[in-house]
Amino acid sequence: MTTEMICAGFGGQGVLTIGRFLAQAGMKEGKNVSWLPSYGPEMRGGTANVSTVISDEPIASPIVSYPDLLVALNQPSLDKFGPMVRKDGIIIYNTNMCPRGCKRDDVQLIPVPMNDIANEIGSAIVLNMLAIGIIIGKTGLVKYESIEEVLNSFLREKNPELLEKNLQAIKRGIEIGKQYT
Amino acid sequence: MSKILMKGNEAVAEAAIRAGCRLYFAYPITPQSELIEYMAKMMPKVGGTFIQAESEVAAINMVYGAAGVGKRVMTSSSSPGISLKQEGISYMAGAELPAVIVNVQRGGPGLGDIQPAQGDYFQAVKGGGHGDYQLIVLAPCSVQEFADLASDAFDLADKYRNPVMILADGMLGQMMEPVEFKPAKTQEELEALANQHLSWCICPNADGDAKHHHEINSLELDPEILEKHVNKLYEKYAEIEKNEVRYESYNVSDDNEILCVAWGTAARVVKSAINELAVRGKSIGLVRPITCWPYPYEAIASAIGPKVKKVYVFELNSGQMVEDVKIAVNGKVPVDFWGKLGGIVFTPADIQAKLEACF
Amino acid sequence: MQVIAKRPETLTAEPFTYCPGCTHGIATRLIAEAIEEHGLINLMAGVAPVGCAVFAYKFFNFDMAEAAHGRAPAVATGMKRGRPNMHIFTYQGDGDLAAIGTAEIVHAANRGEHISIFFINNAIYGMTGGQMAPTTLAGMKTTTSPYGRNPDDIGYPIRMCELLASLVAPYYIERVSLLSPGDILRAKKAVNKAIQYNKEERGFTFIEFISTCPTNWGFDPDKAREWAKENMLPYYKLGVFRDKGEEVQ
Ligand SMILES: Cc1ncc(C[n+]2csc(CCOP(=O)(O)OP(=O)(O)O)c2C)c(N)n1
Ligand code: SF4
Ligand SMILES: [Mg+2]
Repeated sequence: MTTEMICAGFGGQGVLTIGRFLAQAGMKEGKNVSWLPSYGPEMRGGTANVSTVISDEPIASPIVSYPDLLVALNQPSLDKFGPMVRKDGIIIYNTNMCPRGCKRDDVQLIPVPMNDIANEIGSAIVLNMLAIGIIIGKTGLVKYESIEEVLNSFLREKNPELLEKNLQAIKRGIEIGKQYT
Repeated sequence: MSKILMKGNEAVAEAAIRAGCRLYFAYPITPQSELIEYMAKMMPKVGGTFIQAESEVAAINMVYGAAGVGKRVMTSSSSPGISLKQEGISYMAGAELPAVIVNVQRGGPGLGDIQPAQGDYFQAVKGGGHGDYQLIVLAPCSVQEFADLASDAFDLADKYRNPVMILADGMLGQMMEPVEFKPAKTQEELEALANQHLSWCICPNADGDAKHHHEINSLELDPEILEKHVNKLYEKYAEIEKNEVRYESYNVSDDNEILCVAWGTAARVVKSAINELAVRGKSIGLVRPITCWPYPYEAIASAIGPKVKKVYVFELNSGQMVEDVKIAVNGKVPVDFWGKLGGIVFTPADIQAKLEACF
Repeated sequence: MQVIAKRPETLTAEPFTYCPGCTHGIATRLIAEAIEEHGLINLMAGVAPVGCAVFAYKFFNFDMAEAAHGRAPAVATGMKRGRPNMHIFTYQGDGDLAAIGTAEIVHAANRGEHISIFFINNAIYGMTGGQMAPTTLAGMKTTTSPYGRNPDDIGYPIRMCELLASLVAPYYIERVSLLSPGDILRAKKAVNKAIQYNKEERGFTFIEFISTCPTNWGFDPDKAREWAKENMLPYYKLGVFRDKGEEVQ
C-alpha cells in the first residue's frame, strides 16, 4: 500500500514536523518513505507545506498530485490543496483557522478545532502532534509506538516536559481519529 | 548500518566525508546551503578543512589548489554559483585535476529562482567553461543515489584525473529519504588515498630526487604541444565513454509503445506516471541516464522495442537533452519533448496526461 | 486633514519584503527620502544587490537595475559612465559587498567613481538563512560557523570603512547606525550628505549602516538592537572616515 499525504499551514504551525515524524516512524517500520518540503522565502511568515509518501513499494515520485490524505491547518491551505485530494480520500482540517470549511462531498471530512484542543492540553505548539494523532487514529498509517520512539529520540533528554505534552496530544488525536473509522 | 532519514544536501556531504574528502570549500547559496552547513559542522570533527570562501570563484580555485596537492576535495553550489566556477573547472580539466563539484540546480537563467530545475544540462555536459574538455556528469534521482554517487564521483575523479560533477537539483537537495551509507574509509585507506597521486601532484620531494619537478598547469604556448595535450585528453575521454556509461532501465520491454527518456528528479516523476498507466494496461518504458556524460546512447537505441511509436523526453528545462536522445534514436522513431520551466516540477498527473494522449 | 508622514514619491507602493523589525526598511526609506529631498527622482537610478534587499528594484520609484551577487559597483560604474548626467547608487549587504564583491567595491572606490554606496552591515547572510558574513563578529555563531567564528582560522571581521579609507580617491566615507532614534537621525544626515555630494558630482561616497537581523540572530527586534549596540558598536566605531568636503582626511 502507498499513502500520499500533504500537510499544509502557516510557517510556524509545525507542518513540516508532521510529515517528518510520520516518515521517520514509517522508516522504523521498514517502509519506504519520502519527505519533500516547500522551501524558500515563502516560508518567512508565509505558508509551508510538505508532501510525505509512506509505502510498501519503492517510491517513484515524491511529488504528490492527488493526495490520499490532506492535513490543512488553515483556510488558504485547505483552499489550495482540498480540490487535489483523491475521491474517497481524507481531509483533516483545523476548524479554528478554516472558517469557510471545505465543500467537497466525495471525500471524508474530519473537521477538528485543533487550536482549542491544543490549548486545552496546554500549548499551541502541540497542534501538529494532535494532527499526527488524528492521522494515526483514522488510518493506522504508522503505529503509535513508532511515533513515540521517534519523539523519545528527539525530546527524552532535551525537553521531557514537552515530550509528555506531545504524547498526550497524539493520544488525544488518536481518540478523535478513531471516531471517524 | 541502519537507515537514516536525511536531506539530500546532508547525505551527499556525509557520503563525501566517508569517501575520504577532508577538504571542502564553498559559498552559501539556496537550495544548497544545508550542504555547506553540514560540512561546517562535521569537517572540524573529522580533522578536515572547511572554508566558507569569499566567493564561488575563490572556492573553485581553492579546489584547484587542493586537488593540485593530490587530496580529495569537493565544492558545491547551485546554478548561479556554478556559472562562476566554470573558469576554474576549465583550468582543472586542462590541468587534469581530480575533484568533485556538486550542482544543486535551481531555476534560471540569471538569478532566476530557487526552485528545482534542470537548466544546467548543457553547461555541465557540453562544457560550461572555455576550450575542449569534458566533465564526467553524474545525475542522481534519489537521496540514496545522491549519496552513493558522491563516493563514486571521487573514485572516478581519481581514476581519470578529471573533475566530476554531480548534477542534482533543489528537490533532491531539500527532500528527506532514508539513506544507508557505505562504511567510512579506514585510516589505511585514507593513507592510500593520500599517496595515490604522488607521481604528479605537488608534494614534498621525499627522496631528494634531483629531477622532482611537478607542475600543475593548463598553459601551453606551443600550439603543436597544446594540440597533443588536448588529443591526449580526448583519448582519456574515449576511455571513459567506453567504461563508465551508466543508466537505469525501467519497465523496458518489447511491449512498450512509448519509450521515455528522463534524468534525475524528472525521471522519478515519469516513473510514477508509468506505474499509473501500467495499471491501465499501457506499456511504457523509461531509460534514465545516470551518467549524462558519458551518455548512454546505445542503451537508448537498444531500448526502442518493436512496438515503440515514439521516444518521449521529459525534462525540467527547455529540452536540453533532446539532441543527445536524437543522436541515440537516429531517426528510427519520432522524438517528442515536454518540459516545465522556471523551477516548476511537473507532477505525475502532468506526465500521465502527456503519455495518455499518445495512445 | 494634515499629513504628517507619507510615503516619499521615491518609493513605490510595493510592500517591503523585509522581516518585521528589520533595519533594512529604515535604510531603504532614508535613501528614498534623501533622493526626494534633493529633487533627484528623475535623474536617479540605483542598483539592487543579491541579499534581503534583492527586491529593492521594486521598492524605489525610479529606474533600477538588479546586479549579480556582489557586482553592483561594477554595474553602477557602467551605468554612470554610460549616462554621466544621471546619479547612481548601489545598495548592498555585507556578503554582497565585503565577500563576493570585494574586488568590485575596492576598485570602484579606487577609481573614485562618482557613485554612492549604501552598505548594510548586519554581520550575517540574511537572505540565505544566517550563514557567516565577512563582518560576523569573532566568536559569533552562525550556521556556517557553528562553533563560533574563529579569527585564527577564518580571519577577523572586515571593517570596510577603514579599508576603503586607506585609498586616496574616495570623497566621503562614514559609518552610522540604525540602532536608536538618535542614531537614525544622524544616519539620515549622512545619507543626505552622500546624495548631496552625488548630485554635485564630488566623487565616491560610501555609507555603512550598522544594522540588525532579528530573524537570523534569533532575537526580537528590541533585543537585536541592544545586542548590536553592545557587540557591534565597540568593534565597528561610528564616525566619519573621510570627508573631502569638510576637510576630514
Ligand atoms: C553567485 C551567487 N552566489 C550565492 C548566491 C546566494 N546568495 C543570495 S543572497 C546571499 C547573501 C546575502 O547576504 P548579505 O549580502 O549580507 O545581505 P543580507 O541578506 O544580509 O541583507 C547569497 C550568498 C547568489 N545569489 N549568487
Ligand atoms: S532575514 Fe534578517 S536581514 Fe533579512 S529581512 Fe529578515 S531580519 Fe532583515
Ligand atoms: Mg548581511
